[in-house]
Amino acid sequence: MNSLHIPIESAAFENGLRVVIAPDRAAPVVTVGVYYNIGFRLEPRGRSGFAHLFEHMMFQGSEHAGKMMHIKLINSSGGVLNGSTHYDVTNYYEAVPSNALDRVLWLEADRMRALKVDDENLRNQRDVVKEEVRVNVLNQPYGGFPWLDMPPVAFRNWPNAHNFYGDFADLDAATLGDVQQFFKTYYAPSNAVLLILGDVTPEAGLALARCHFESIPAGPPRPAADVTEAPFEGERRGEVEEKFGTLPGIAVGYRAPERRTPDWYALAMLDQALYGGRAGRLYRRLVLEQQIAVDTGGGIHYPVGDLFDYNGPTLLVSRLLYKPEYSTEQALAAHDAVLDDVRQHGIESDELDHLKVKFRSDYVSSLEGGHGIPRYGLMHYMACFTLFDGDPRLVNSILGGFMDVTPEQVRAAAEKYLDPKRRAIVIRRPVKKGAA
Amino acid sequence: MATTPTPNIESPDLDAPHLNTGVPALGPESAVVWPPRTRSVLANGLEVVLVESHAIPKFTGILYFRSGNAITALDTPGLAEITAAVIRTGTANRTSRQIEEDLRRMGADLGTSAGSDTSAISFSGLAEFSSELLALVSELAQQASFPVEEFERERRQMIEGLRIERTTPSFLASERLRRVLFGAHPYAFISPSESQVASYRHEQLSAFYRAQYRPGNALLVAVGDFSSPAMHDEVERIFGSWKTAEVPQPPNPALPELHGRRVHFVHMPESVQTQVLLGNRAITRKHPDWLRLSLANSLFGGAFNSRLVMNIREAKGYTYSPGSGAHALRQHGYFSVHAAVRNDVVAASLTEIFYELDRIRSLPVGAQELDDAQSYLTGVFSLGLATQDGLAGKLSGIYLEHLPEDSLETYRDRIRALTAGDVMAAARAYFDSANAQIVIVGDREQVGAQAALFGDVTEYDAQGVQLTKDAKGN
Repeated sequence: MNSLHIPIESAAFENGLRVVIAPDRAAPVVTVGVYYNIGFRLEPRGRSGFAHLFEHMMFQGSEHAGKMMHIKLINSSGGVLNGSTHYDVTNYYEAVPSNALDRVLWLEADRMRALKVDDENLRNQRDVVKEEVRVNVLNQPYGGFPWLDMPPVAFRNWPNAHNFYGDFADLDAATLGDVQQFFKTYYAPSNAVLLILGDVTPEAGLALARCHFESIPAGPPRPAADVTEAPFEGERRGEVEEKFGTLPGIAVGYRAPERRTPDWYALAMLDQALYGGRAGRLYRRLVLEQQIAVDTGGGIHYPVGDLFDYNGPTLLVSRLLYKPEYSTEQALAAHDAVLDDVRQHGIESDELDHLKVKFRSDYVSSLEGGHGIPRYGLMHYMACFTLFDGDPRLVNSILGGFMDVTPEQVRAAAEKYLDPKRRAIVIRRPVKKGAA
Repeated sequence: MATTPTPNIESPDLDAPHLNTGVPALGPESAVVWPPRTRSVLANGLEVVLVESHAIPKFTGILYFRSGNAITALDTPGLAEITAAVIRTGTANRTSRQIEEDLRRMGADLGTSAGSDTSAISFSGLAEFSSELLALVSELAQQASFPVEEFERERRQMIEGLRIERTTPSFLASERLRRVLFGAHPYAFISPSESQVASYRHEQLSAFYRAQYRPGNALLVAVGDFSSPAMHDEVERIFGSWKTAEVPQPPNPALPELHGRRVHFVHMPESVQTQVLLGNRAITRKHPDWLRLSLANSLFGGAFNSRLVMNIREAKGYTYSPGSGAHALRQHGYFSVHAAVRNDVVAASLTEIFYELDRIRSLPVGAQELDDAQSYLTGVFSLGLATQDGLAGKLSGIYLEHLPEDSLETYRDRIRALTAGDVMAAARAYFDSANAQIVIVGDREQVGAQAALFGDVTEYDAQGVQLTKDAKGN
């Protein structure tokens, strides 16, 4: 129960590309992902939002597949495709009937080899991205709360602290030269992993991968970057206007430990204890019992990531929307009381046992799918384990570390990390009152 | 009156030859084998559909009641929704906290919800706890205790949720379109007002529950790592003694007649983007044209490479995530097109939308484009096989609406058999561009004049209050 036995084959080509294959012949569908070890943390200064804009450009045409051909060829093969930009990785993925595997790999290899885009494509996608930002952030209640609000308050080093979706002036300033330079710098095979999951044999998958990817030139090594962040000193506060929503919100961020350290396993159990649905302490106390808040959430690397998909400074975040008759200080005090309780008393060992069951169950489910893509979670975690840790098989063994956590470790982690004197707070204040 | 579409804009060349560029051909199609399922009906009327799926050590299920918000929409809208919310907060044997902690102990997730036509308890958990989880589901379905203080808490949360929804453009657009398309029919109301929620009485919830949460009105779908015969025995043991009762049917009043394009404008001051949603009534899943409509929708705006997305996103950059959908409710259905667009291109976006609607209504789709769309639908359909959730969802659609049991197995062949003529016929019947009802959510000062080019305008505020007279002078 403390480890999984998902069959995984892996290889590395001479150009540095790593290949991971997880065969499962149960259904005639295959999921393909290409992950590049670059996210919005490392986009160029003066080009906020560029990593995401660039992700859009990867659908605009490559050497042998012009604009719209990627989309058209995948959809007409009976499949779906998308891409997404994260802090430290950017992914491109397809789920297709397995008879389209050769075609999918050809397309992914073609755009790893060379982008073929022009100014018209860039103008078009810049417009599309601005509408994306408007629909998700600027014209939406609680848009960007707290994933865009928190970094500039919590962090001081630009890679961690800037606007990841992009200031419109920066998006406007992006040039085709920036696009090609970014591609050259970060989209080399040595900075990527190819994943094939589902209806394929390891031999056939590897042979196809070789055929399409092995001849891509290696490219330069990824440049070194400094994403370090000094430890928090004191409490940092910021305030953001909520233009639409009627409820005030608070987000609180605490620095989280590095992945795969003993503290990290313990804090993951604390994450489940505090934020695990309606049984989680924060929701139970603030929403169900005290009824100060109407919704709460949170976790490590929340809300646009989880505890596996970061590779640099991040936060454990609480988020609450609370009733307007309470003051910010009252709501914050109620939140703090929940965290103080666990810092002082830890959690009982039978509660920890239950948290572990739920953690294991959630973990297994997260591997099965996600975003409407078979095995999305398995792909995502194997990619992160490959790019950050050098071993996709951690997806099978990592559970053990969580299952071994003791109540003492949880209490110690709570004491160390949930420190009210070292944290960042974002207050989201409505400009208009509720209708009542 | 509506402007004339301007078909002078080059649409993307979707049939560009690509065979000379080295694109690998597709391999031979693999057979898609849908897993065997067992369907049975218990003596009390509970319909049970079970599918074994052993890929992960979990199981997932949904207990549906074929009664949703439509039942009471005309006098107590949202009653099914708040009833569903409150049932998980207490039973004869467990407090709210015990329910939540028991779920966690089993590694389980559970949700209770209601739509127009159904109420549902959905759940998933580790297979080793499946009997215990089913017992909890059964308790929620039969012995909910409706604690008064939990009801009052949910009521307040629902009101706060409504206030936030009223600031969300996509919600305001959907709400208005349903009002316009369905008039005095229960489907017109997707959400109650604050004052309606404030006037809910505790006994209305328990009365709805007693009347509607009955096995003769229910369908249990479960997919997971179990043996079907053993699971069937467990279901029989846990749900067998549940008493059934006659369930009242929802009202089905006449629908409004909608002639000519009209604009229904929801004013949101200072919007930095405009939500466009237009549509017309269409058909249910039981209608013989359902797959024809599905295919036409897929070509028009139901896929990434559809005409609408290629036009107003990839060629013009007006919007991020445009799309269209055929929506089936139990008694009726509707077709809609949506896009959140830049304020200065509202008229341009509508022009392109109507151009594409009229193009698919008037010109036969080419052989390659048709074949591509058929491949898309049949391929994507089989992706649903790969997860327990996906399977449960596919099966629910079939059994809830009493569609033929082999619908999954025959789907691919039925899609493949459709022709360009079928697509045009469906588009002409169900993409009613001449009578489309156009909902615009945005800032009147910035986009009102553009909207008015497409029909007579009736204006509302975000609270749903009508600000100007409608076409009948009301």
